[in-house]
Amino acid sequence: METPPDTDVSAKLAARDLHFWYGTTHALKGISLSMKPNLVTAFIGPSGCGKSTLLRCFNRMNELIPDTQWEGDLLLDGEDIRSADPIMLRRRVGMVFQKPNPFPKSIEENIAWGARINGYKGNMPELVERCLRQAALWDEVKDRLKDNAYELSGGQQQRLCIARALAAEPDVLLMDEPASALDPLATGKLEETIIELKDAYTIVIVTHNMQQASRISDETAFFYLGELVEFDDTEVIFTRPENKRTEDYITGRFG
Amino acid sequence: MSRTPLRSLQTNVYNSPKERVVQFVLGACAVATVLTLFGIAFVLLGESFQFFSNVNVLDFLTDTEWTPQFVEKHYGIWPLLSGTLLVTLIAAFVSVPIGVASAVYIAEYAPASARRVLKPGLELLAGVPTVVYGYFALTFVTPLLQRFIPDLQIFNALSAGIVVGIMIIPMIASLSEDALRAVPRSLAFGGYALGATKLEVVTKIMVPSALSGIIASFILGLSRAIGETMIVTLAAGATPRLTANPMESIQTMTAYIVQVSLGDTPAGSIAYQSLFAVGLMLFLITLGLNVVANKVIRRYKENY
Repeated sequence: METPPDTDVSAKLAARDLHFWYGTTHALKGISLSMKPNLVTAFIGPSGCGKSTLLRCFNRMNELIPDTQWEGDLLLDGEDIRSADPIMLRRRVGMVFQKPNPFPKSIEENIAWGARINGYKGNMPELVERCLRQAALWDEVKDRLKDNAYELSGGQQQRLCIARALAAEPDVLLMDEPASALDPLATGKLEETIIELKDAYTIVIVTHNMQQASRISDETAFFYLGELVEFDDTEVIFTRPENKRTEDYITGRFG
Repeated sequence: MSRTPLRSLQTNVYNSPKERVVQFVLGACAVATVLTLFGIAFVLLGESFQFFSNVNVLDFLTDTEWTPQFVEKHYGIWPLLSGTLLVTLIAAFVSVPIGVASAVYIAEYAPASARRVLKPGLELLAGVPTVVYGYFALTFVTPLLQRFIPDLQIFNALSAGIVVGIMIIPMIASLSEDALRAVPRSLAFGGYALGATKLEVVTKIMVPSALSGIIASFILGLSRAIGETMIVTLAAGATPRLTANPMESIQTMTAYIVQVSLGDTPAGSIAYQSLFAVGLMLFLITLGLNVVANKVIRRYKENY
């Protein structure tokens, strides 16, 4: 087994020799990598390669799926994730899902909800506005904050979900194929939003879209069959990958 | 290679007799249920009309005594109505909290193994014949309650109401559980990902999202309680009395109908016709509740 690389002290998130099982299916086979703060890291790879599973390890959402287990180390700011309280962990590691999942409440209430359960006592309208601005949604919804979130378009709903995640004041954002249900125009807006957010957040994004990974990420990890094949600067991965499989995948020869 | 010979375009397949017969039979079955409803409404209205030609509608709605079998006859619906409402209210106090709590537990908390036992268990409870419930109320619940409440009469609204409540728990639990399960799991995941606890996810996302279905389950459960007959006939008594005291013997609308139907009340007499007036009243109340339930479901339905 390869020795885990020294975890960078400046790493925001890190995994060391991480294994994961769904029942008897070995989904992650010894993953070691670390993500630097204030960068966008993209996880790419064919379906079933384990990239979404790895993403959900970082906020322990996998534990909500019955009959799963994991081994190895996960660290947030050098702190052990396994021994952490999952509730406290998830308040610092926010998540945006593949399909927009706003609550059946008003736009405003969707954002206030997460802040309130996290004990936010400040000025709520101010927070709602700030989060909506950060998610590049404010101008489109400022006159209809009381409307039900389901009246928004899919792209708007997804940005609302980002705003909702931001309201809980996390420092990491995990995004699981956030643009897969969106049209190209909405995707473009979402990508701009992500780039603007990285000044304040560490972002990890799972994507099937190679162009998207190359446009928005600083570093890219390529996974195949539960293993990390290659992890480097996005520019390196997309112009001169070391591994033949990585090259085949990003050029569309398989996947 | 051989090919099936071409058939004429004029062959009658689309509108063949077989297709038409099937459509007719299915349609007849569907219409039969509606016709039955109209038939019931027609009989109720006809006989009630007879009744109201002998008894003033105002007396019926305002008199506080119901004594059709006495020499001095009064036909005020209030004692029967209050009996029904008292039993229903007690049933609601029992069934609503327990029903919703069971639904929340089964839908949100129970591990798969517990759900496999609990759901069929609840459905079994729904399969108990109501006469058994009535007997249970009279011979078990009342004596049990009498240990704590010595004043409790043998026939009383309290035990009947409690047992009617137990009877509709499965209905409320099952419908509420369906409503909770219809809320997409992605909403729960959204809550957990924000750092919500299980209690917060359940009480602030899942239950509010399923609220229309849960409220509809209350209304349907209670309309079932209003129409319940056997338990109240056996355990609540046969004393039409305008009271809010659950310790006393009362009579519900349904129990009165049973009493008169079983007795030797001559057909055509006013007492006989009063059956239909009371039945009409019951019919209108449950119909109204069902309409309200449908409205609630449609009005507050979330299209996730």
